[in-house]
Amino acid sequence: MRSDNFLESSIKGISEITQDWLADFGGILMFLGSFIYWTFKRPYRIREIFRQMDFVGVQSGMLIIMTGAFTGMVSALQGYNGMSRYGAGSLVGATTALALARELGPVLTGLMVVGRVGSAMTAEIGSMRNTQQIDAISSMAVAPIQYLVSPRIIATTLTLPFLSVVFGFSGMVGAYLIATQYLHIDAGAFMSGIKDYMTPNDVTQGLIKAFVFGFLLSLVACFKGYNAGGGARGVGVATTKSVVLSSVLILFSDYVMTTIMF
Amino acid sequence: MIQVDNIQKRFAEQEVLRGVSFQVRQGSITTLIGRSGAGKSLLLRHLIGLDQPDIGKILIDGKDIVGMTTSELNTIRRRFGVLFQDGALFDSMSVRDNVAFPLKEHTKLSENEILDKVRQKLELVGLLSHGGKYPSELSGGMRKRVGLARALALGPDLVFFDEPTSGLDPITRGAIYRLIENTHIDGEITYFLVSHDITGVMAISDEVIMLHQGKIIAQGTPEDFRTNPDPVVQQFLLGSPDGPIAID
Repeated sequence: MRSDNFLESSIKGISEITQDWLADFGGILMFLGSFIYWTFKRPYRIREIFRQMDFVGVQSGMLIIMTGAFTGMVSALQGYNGMSRYGAGSLVGATTALALARELGPVLTGLMVVGRVGSAMTAEIGSMRNTQQIDAISSMAVAPIQYLVSPRIIATTLTLPFLSVVFGFSGMVGAYLIATQYLHIDAGAFMSGIKDYMTPNDVTQGLIKAFVFGFLLSLVACFKGYNAGGGARGVGVATTKSVVLSSVLILFSDYVMTTIMF
Repeated sequence: MIQVDNIQKRFAEQEVLRGVSFQVRQGSITTLIGRSGAGKSLLLRHLIGLDQPDIGKILIDGKDIVGMTTSELNTIRRRFGVLFQDGALFDSMSVRDNVAFPLKEHTKLSENEILDKVRQKLELVGLLSHGGKYPSELSGGMRKRVGLARALALGPDLVFFDEPTSGLDPITRGAIYRLIENTHIDGEITYFLVSHDITGVMAISDEVIMLHQGKIIAQGTPEDFRTNPDPVVQQFLLGSPDGPIAID
């Protein structure tokens, strides 16, 4: 009897989540259509795009540098731990660089930006929805998608590759310091490993990923905020869902892109 | 100027507007009254084009705004001013920038000309010295006055007010009504108010319309309303708990 109830409630729960996600998917596609339509219509909100780039990029700089540096340091330590068993400890520079450029840089930058920027976007737009500020924009003959959403999506999409590069660079600085100062690997061996094994394609793949992640996370963040109802609680729920969905989408699209570009 | 023809709106099982029809005379102050939850604000949202009815027409100067694209609607909305219930001011902008917003969006005025216009509008609502403040630093009445200054910034010929005096003390309420009267140019600008503050709106309105249970049950001058024999109208005017209107 108890197992029947458990099975029933599990199926119900899964069905509700699936319905929720399907509704989200349909809603996001419609929202994407509106975004494309309004983005290419005049007036172009260049000043607002730069303002958002400052918020997404410049103001995230310190966070990205710190997370990048620690990630690079940990990668160097763990990489050395594994590879020194096969006598290839000096290749730690190459493996860290490859990991940062192809995977860790774009994915961790995406996830950090989801936490700092995506959540803020959802909360801000959601609170504007709940206090009729979006209605006020509409009533003043301005398209809210064009004024609020387009600049945020464009800015995040263009800025994330730069942040990913910053992440990768600070990661390499961290890895270099750990490798040369703590693990006593020769600086020349560290650098030549990178030169020998890294290709421009590795960097390009990472940049493409970061570009896609920036687009996905800002699209989801704006969509969830734009459709947030139910007052303060509604904004809270929308923000949580936005962070969860963006993070899952980043990891999922990372897998898809890695498979395609492998 | 505004003609509403058989508007119907349903949310799931609940039919909120059940065939609403009325006309608003150009240049008048017309007020829609009714109980809280009667659908007044929803009807107002339809007039601004923020919501679409299931059935019916809304004609603004003979043009049906139902089913218009956003671009078409925006052409008509440029003639609108809207004062929302809590002002709906942009909390990331100062008072000055809030009032300047429609001017920056829809005119080619220079920064100095915009600043002059903003000063004029803020002076009109008595808030000239508060231009640098943010909405969170203002009282409820001040926010509504800034909202009015913003609504009037482009010199609209049709202004909508959603509960312009709700939540205000009697003196601020009086000040808002005086502002509404003072800024209204008879025969030129049409003001359409939504309110349940009977005393105030009866004093300033040229026409009053009453919405009850999703339908218009009375329309006329304030005097017509006072002498209306309908017990529903009389109970509402008197604010009596006893009568045909049941308390939820």
